[in-house]
Amino acid sequence: MLEPLKPVSRGARIALGAAFFVVFFAAWALATFGGAIDAMFLKDPLYTLTTGVTLFREFGFIRDVGITVFRVVGGFVLAALVAVPLGIAMGAFKPVEAFFEPFVSFARYLPASAFIPLLILWAGVGETQKLLVIFIGSVFQVILMVAVIVGSTRRDLVEAAYTLGADAGGIVRRVMLPNAAPQIAETLRLVLGWAWTYVIVAELVGAESGIGHMIMDSQRLLDTGQMIFGIVCIGVIGLVSDLLFKWANQRLWPWAF
Amino acid sequence: MGFLRIEAVSRVFPGVRGGAPTRALERTDLEVQDNDFICILGPSGCGKSTLLRIVAGLDRPTTGRVLLDGQAVERAGPDRGMVFQSYTLFPWLSVKENILFGSRSTEAKAAALIEKIGLRGFENHYPKMLSGGMQQRTALARALANDPKILLLDEPFGALDNQTRALMQELLLGIWEADRKTVLFVTHDIDEAIFMANRVAVMSARPGRIKCEVRIALPHPRHYTMKTSPEFSAYKAQLTEEIRVEAMKTAEMAPA
Repeated sequence: MLEPLKPVSRGARIALGAAFFVVFFAAWALATFGGAIDAMFLKDPLYTLTTGVTLFREFGFIRDVGITVFRVVGGFVLAALVAVPLGIAMGAFKPVEAFFEPFVSFARYLPASAFIPLLILWAGVGETQKLLVIFIGSVFQVILMVAVIVGSTRRDLVEAAYTLGADAGGIVRRVMLPNAAPQIAETLRLVLGWAWTYVIVAELVGAESGIGHMIMDSQRLLDTGQMIFGIVCIGVIGLVSDLLFKWANQRLWPWAF
Repeated sequence: MGFLRIEAVSRVFPGVRGGAPTRALERTDLEVQDNDFICILGPSGCGKSTLLRIVAGLDRPTTGRVLLDGQAVERAGPDRGMVFQSYTLFPWLSVKENILFGSRSTEAKAAALIEKIGLRGFENHYPKMLSGGMQQRTALARALANDPKILLLDEPFGALDNQTRALMQELLLGIWEADRKTVLFVTHDIDEAIFMANRVAVMSARPGRIKCEVRIALPHPRHYTMKTSPEFSAYKAQLTEEIRVEAMKTAEMAPA
């Protein structure tokens, strides 16, 4: 029986999560092996898997995966290095927020992908341009979310710290930062997911390597098996990085979970 | 000459969106002697918390001033320890780390206080693992560890159940009887005020001011059985009458 909010056991949770993957692949296999969908549009799971193995064995696909991971992590770390301190300053100090917030809110709506032609003009088609696409796509979002998190620090905690002798710097360092840290980490986990979208877009245009570049090449060869394998690869890497992030957060901030 | 002097302090909150300003606190004077235990008793919304926040330096008075040990209060500082009604332990710090937060707290003081509040064995627990009563005991220890000149308590036991609240009152009273730290305690609970205080300042309904002061001449050390004594009942009858009139004003009812 389904009861609202009733918890599910750990074993059942894993089994249910795995079951949907089984259902998904079964439906895919049924549609393709059964011949309901033309192989030109959608290859079957077995072909997709074997073509994947070929990609790794004969075409050095691991290098593409490596370069894409490097771009995502590189652009994301750059964005976090700028956005987290600025977001903290904005959340803690209202004049700083008043100065940056309107512009950042505006810049947040500028689509990162629309910058690609401009960035190619400015930075060429090398790694700098790829990193910049991810940077632009992530930095403004992180700034705003961190500012909101830090700005919503419970007022009574701040007041308690004042009555214990903390000064303005102490409030930021000893109250606002530790209070916001787990939520900031959650925000970064979320935005890392978006960064994966930007990297593929960046690699679809003017790239000579990376998962996105391979997908683009496969389209020219009309090889839907390779294309789907590339997409699934991104999903798997995303899932693994997400689990690592979650695991690290729970270890780093045991009081918050 | 009082140790803490509240001189002609009033507080008007500006109107929101062109509305009329709110007079939270009328001109109020109060003197507290060193080592005294004063309760401010009043109906909800009478401005008693506002007065305490002004003493703490967390709010500024519209008129008047507060002097502590001859020094004018300008902002919050470690010489005025405070315990809030809400649970304000830092969730990311253990019990011991919370008690060590204050700029003047030391390991030795923290260890002694943990013993005193009966939380030995819980030093490394996070606040979320503690009951409400344990959290407020830790908050009390955190304020005391900083060795303030005066302890300000804003209905610190207001969110606790009756049994826990009674135990907390005895704990705080025991600490006061041992150390004689100056205490200013805000509450709306008449029994609590009589049991704890040497002097009860009764506040009128909004706009609040101190309408009368009652000296509680019950001897120390006080035992909980005192709450059923005839003297206690007499104080209770007197204060209930004072408060009832004000509570009715707040509820906009005429006295029956």
